[in-house]
Amino acid sequence: MRERRVMMCALVLAAVFAGGCGKKKPPVARPVPPPPTETSPTGERPPAPPEPVRENPIVPAEPTISDDPLASGDLESINKNSPFQPVFYALDSSDVDAKGQQSLNADAEILKKYSTWTITIEGHCDERGTAEYNLALGERRALAAKTYLVSLGISADRLRTVSYGKEFPFDPGHDESAWSKNRRAHFVVTSK
Amino acid sequence: MTINGPPGVPPKVAVAPFIALSTDAETVAAAKTIGDVLSDDLAYEREFYMIGKDVLATIPKATSMDAIPLEQYKELNANAIVIGSVRKTGNGVAVQVRVIDVQTGKAAFGKEYSGSIANPRAYAHTASDEIFKQWVGLNGVARTKLTFSSDRDGERMKGPAGDREIKEVYIADYDGANQRRVTATHTLNITPVWAPDGKSIAYTSYRRGYQDIFVSYIYEGRMETPANGSWAKQNYLPVFSPDGTKIAFTSTRDGNPEIYVMNRDGSGIRRMTDNPAIDVTPTWAPSGNQIAWTSDRTGNPQVYVMNADGTGQRRITTSGYCDRPTWSPDPFNEIAYAMRVGAGFDIMVYSFASGESRRITDGIGSNESPAFSPNGRHIAFASTRLGKQQIFTIARDGNDLRQITREGNNGYPNWSR
Repeated sequence: MRERRVMMCALVLAAVFAGGCGKKKPPVARPVPPPPTETSPTGERPPAPPEPVRENPIVPAEPTISDDPLASGDLESINKNSPFQPVFYALDSSDVDAKGQQSLNADAEILKKYSTWTITIEGHCDERGTAEYNLALGERRALAAKTYLVSLGISADRLRTVSYGKEFPFDPGHDESAWSKNRRAHFVVTSK
Repeated sequence: MTINGPPGVPPKVAVAPFIALSTDAETVAAAKTIGDVLSDDLAYEREFYMIGKDVLATIPKATSMDAIPLEQYKELNANAIVIGSVRKTGNGVAVQVRVIDVQTGKAAFGKEYSGSIANPRAYAHTASDEIFKQWVGLNGVARTKLTFSSDRDGERMKGPAGDREIKEVYIADYDGANQRRVTATHTLNITPVWAPDGKSIAYTSYRRGYQDIFVSYIYEGRMETPANGSWAKQNYLPVFSPDGTKIAFTSTRDGNPEIYVMNRDGSGIRRMTDNPAIDVTPTWAPSGNQIAWTSDRTGNPQVYVMNADGTGQRRITTSGYCDRPTWSPDPFNEIAYAMRVGAGFDIMVYSFASGESRRITDGIGSNESPAFSPNGRHIAFASTRLGKQQIFTIARDGNDLRQITREGNNGYPNWSR
């Protein structure tokens, strides 16, 4: 509405100028040319006018097609800044707790949005388990995450699992802060 | 051959410096190596009282096998002198080894070996095994080998989850000499085990992304994948049956980690466990009639045994967290395993005779993945006691700890038969 009113005012003004020949011209303020800045008749330089506020040039918006780096990016860059939330587990456990379910719910949404993606779910363990048992425990963790995603409607064909036991810790530390990060199901996009 | 010590006391043995019968540097060096290594080999089984090198240094060096200063060895109360000579031949060396009864001055053992000079240690190992066999009726382990997994090369594998440190399979003599790599798959290779004939090694490899069992014929350069793995049928932790005709392993092919047995060529796969819990890391009894493994069906991982057809499953450990059982060779009816103690693990040995376990390692570092020597007298294991994880051997009574590896991280040891 507001724009429209301005437009109408502009039209009225234009009509006033165009049809001015027959009538007495109303007093119009004419622009005065600015004084020359380079030289002045008196030879004295007038004070410089204030610098106009510089405005940033307007940049055209990015085309929306490449707006989604997950859709356009390669696997390496996707996995480097993975959109998937890992699932973390308690010591010696492969149970997906409430927090893990929240992560998997979010992960399932991503898998639904990018319906061609296939992922590998890596099962990892902390160093407090034995190497051999951890191979099986990591597998159970990956399988538990997979089972939950399948229950949310994700096709099992899109989900592979592999266990690395305690071979590839995410945090090399030797305290609970490190261990809690290392007991996880980690998601890797393997094809798009 | 019998040379006895005083009643109730092991024979006192002096290993004299070996005589170089050729004067070139190579022969002189070989003679020294063979004498030194044979001394270590004979000490290893603790069947003899070994007279110290510093003591032996007071005796003048023999220049010929026929001119040994017997009287001086008698003064040390030595019962036997082990001595030998090395002579250069046309295309190698001839090595003589004798065990001399100090009482009679006669050779109770005498052998001549000939061959390449490339690995002088091999002569000492062969002589040691033969001396043990003839003297105390014991199968020595001087010619056996260890295999293990190592990241010492610092190689990394590229993958969608970023660079990761890889591990390759290595072998070494039982004493840690001659370490060399036998896989080059540039991925994670773990849990190697020797075939009973020593010609091949089975291991878990991620070469194809998923876990599968590879059998590498390390001296021929060929390999097999008998379990025929896939993303849906992953296989790991293989172990050969004592007769070498079967492989027991862990697989998730039916949706959960279970124990399976297959023929060596992959045929006749049979599932041994059927349980919603974890069943993992099998080991065969020396008879081949039983299998022990880890299951967490009661909560924590525990060691179980069953008949080789899957029947008669029963638990043998009673508490805590126990994993990686490894059945001792005859004559000891025992199973070693790793048990959680404090922040880490210690090696334990369960005795079927007493129904109880005893602790072998001392709580220093974390000690895992025990593997028996073929005569059951020593255990190889992985330990973090010095920082990085290294392979050690220890006598089955917890004495005589020796470090085998020193570079990188090393784990999952296994001892050849």
